[in-house]
Amino acid sequence: MQFGIFTVSDITADPTTGRTPTEAERITATVAIAKRAEEVGLDVFALGEHHNPPFWSSSPTTTLAYIAGQTSTLQLSTATTLITTNDPVKIAEDYAMLQHVSGGRADLMLGRGNTGPVYPWFGQDIRQGLPLAVENYELLHRLWREDVVDWSGKFRTPLQGFTSTPRPLDGVPPFVWHGSIRTPEVAEQAAFYGDGFFANHVFWPASHTQRMVALYRQRYEHHGHGAAAQAIVGLGGQVFMRRNSQDAVRDFRPYFDNAPVYGHGPSLEEFTQQTPLTVGSPQEVIDKTLGFRDYVGDYQRQLFLIDHAGLPLKTVLEQLDLLGEVVAVLREEFAKNRPAEVPDAPTHASLVTAKYGDAAPRQATPNANRGDNLTVGSPYQDTETVDAQEKPQSGSAFGPAATRQGATR
Amino acid sequence: MTAKKIVVVSAGLSTPSSTRQLADRLAADAVSALAERGVEAEVRTFELRELAHDITNHLLLGFAPPRLEEALDAIASADGLIAVTPIFTTSYAGLFKSFIDVIDPQALTDLPVLIGATGGTPRHSLAIDYAIRPLFTYLHAVPVTTGVFAATSDWGGSEGDGVRSLPDRIFRGAEEFADLVERTDRSQLVNDPFQLDRPFGHLIGGLAGE
Repeated sequence: MQFGIFTVSDITADPTTGRTPTEAERITATVAIAKRAEEVGLDVFALGEHHNPPFWSSSPTTTLAYIAGQTSTLQLSTATTLITTNDPVKIAEDYAMLQHVSGGRADLMLGRGNTGPVYPWFGQDIRQGLPLAVENYELLHRLWREDVVDWSGKFRTPLQGFTSTPRPLDGVPPFVWHGSIRTPEVAEQAAFYGDGFFANHVFWPASHTQRMVALYRQRYEHHGHGAAAQAIVGLGGQVFMRRNSQDAVRDFRPYFDNAPVYGHGPSLEEFTQQTPLTVGSPQEVIDKTLGFRDYVGDYQRQLFLIDHAGLPLKTVLEQLDLLGEVVAVLREEFAKNRPAEVPDAPTHASLVTAKYGDAAPRQATPNANRGDNLTVGSPYQDTETVDAQEKPQSGSAFGPAATRQGATR
Repeated sequence: MTAKKIVVVSAGLSTPSSTRQLADRLAADAVSALAERGVEAEVRTFELRELAHDITNHLLLGFAPPRLEEALDAIASADGLIAVTPIFTTSYAGLFKSFIDVIDPQALTDLPVLIGATGGTPRHSLAIDYAIRPLFTYLHAVPVTTGVFAATSDWGGSEGDGVRSLPDRIFRGAEEFADLVERTDRSQLVNDPFQLDRPFGHLIGGLAGE
């Protein structure tokens, strides 16, 4: 089972000091948080995507690529990548790049986004949110699996003979999670493709998460990807810890009371009762988190939200130190009575093994540029199509010589 | 035959409130009108005052705390709704509208509704028709033509405004309401917000072949 943290990248005033960090400070702090996450033994760091203040993470792959260079084992993911307003072609390219530079440590979580104006800002219509998510992902899915894609749909310029580069690392696309709070179509989408399903779980009662995960598992089996118990489930969670419970409640309350989303709403006590939020000792976090399994079954990925609402970097790093201890216990406890047929969260290594067994994975090697920037047959030497068997042409890559057919034969 | 489920929502703010009193009378007449038709009915009453904090939290967070969820579930699977609000500043009370705003937009479809309202003077009586009725028609509920407005003066003297007394109007509204409630089978339908409207294969153009 994988454990990690996810951040929405909010820049929020610290209610205890009134001071708002700068964008530069929060970006630097986030890198420090990700590095500490690896140091304390966490597996995953996932980053949100937003296109308006007070959030900073407009370009997650840039940040994640830098973090990849600063870490060695940390799995890098998103929470979420906007499948509605991003061009699926650019997602295909960006995340394949991230896969390569991170050495296969990248996956991503797709979501529709919850900021209305982002749709018009990126030329889309929010009323088409679900159809956009469906069509864009279908294209993304193909771009990572087919070297040459001819495609036309409702929302995007058609593609003729398009190749998304670089090809996925070792011929294996990044694993995809589909994130949702309460849209059953998204659970169905994840099940249809045999992808992972991530339940936000943070701001909502457990009953919603339970229903959504049950639907996903049932449909995963229906679509023939395996038994319901083998579906790939991730959950959010939110914690604030001190060695003893009263200190945690005292220290977190001002952040809770003023937090974006739930601040000025229910009391801390009501909210911890109704949602997965745990404010207390490490043992309380362990107990509550282990309880998640009771209503979603054995699952694969647990991410915690620990750095929002204006919590200063120092506090967040303290949280990570405690979380490292908590996760060590959770790993042992979750492993107990876990049925053998329940898989771990897919990693690049496991996906390569699943696809190639002991054989060497694909290493995409392009043919020479034929100058027309369009693909006829396969553009790659290593794929077995008629074109790929042809002798590579030599000669000019650009200019008239490049387009002169057979000029060099 | 199973009993018809009638939910009463009262948005009165004081205790005791004339809004609650009107709600109770509408409910009592509706139950006897149904009884005359040989139909049993059970009534559940929700005071929005008691749910006020939950309603605000729902507006802020997007989910209902348990007590509010109980009320929303009851309405979603009701055979009839008796909705009564005070008229404040020419329209329904803000609390009443906030409650309507947290109801799932599909949850009131085909629901028979009997509207009641209270106010200081009869001059606000049209608020039922220009403010409250459009709310329910927008949500595809079915408000009966008679809405019952009770001004302060209606509570004294059986003549009311001299045209039709309050008890007469309550009786008439309850009769119209009972006619619709008798015919509906809403409470027997299964409401599943997590149900898929259609298989995913259709969403992406028949790829699944379902």
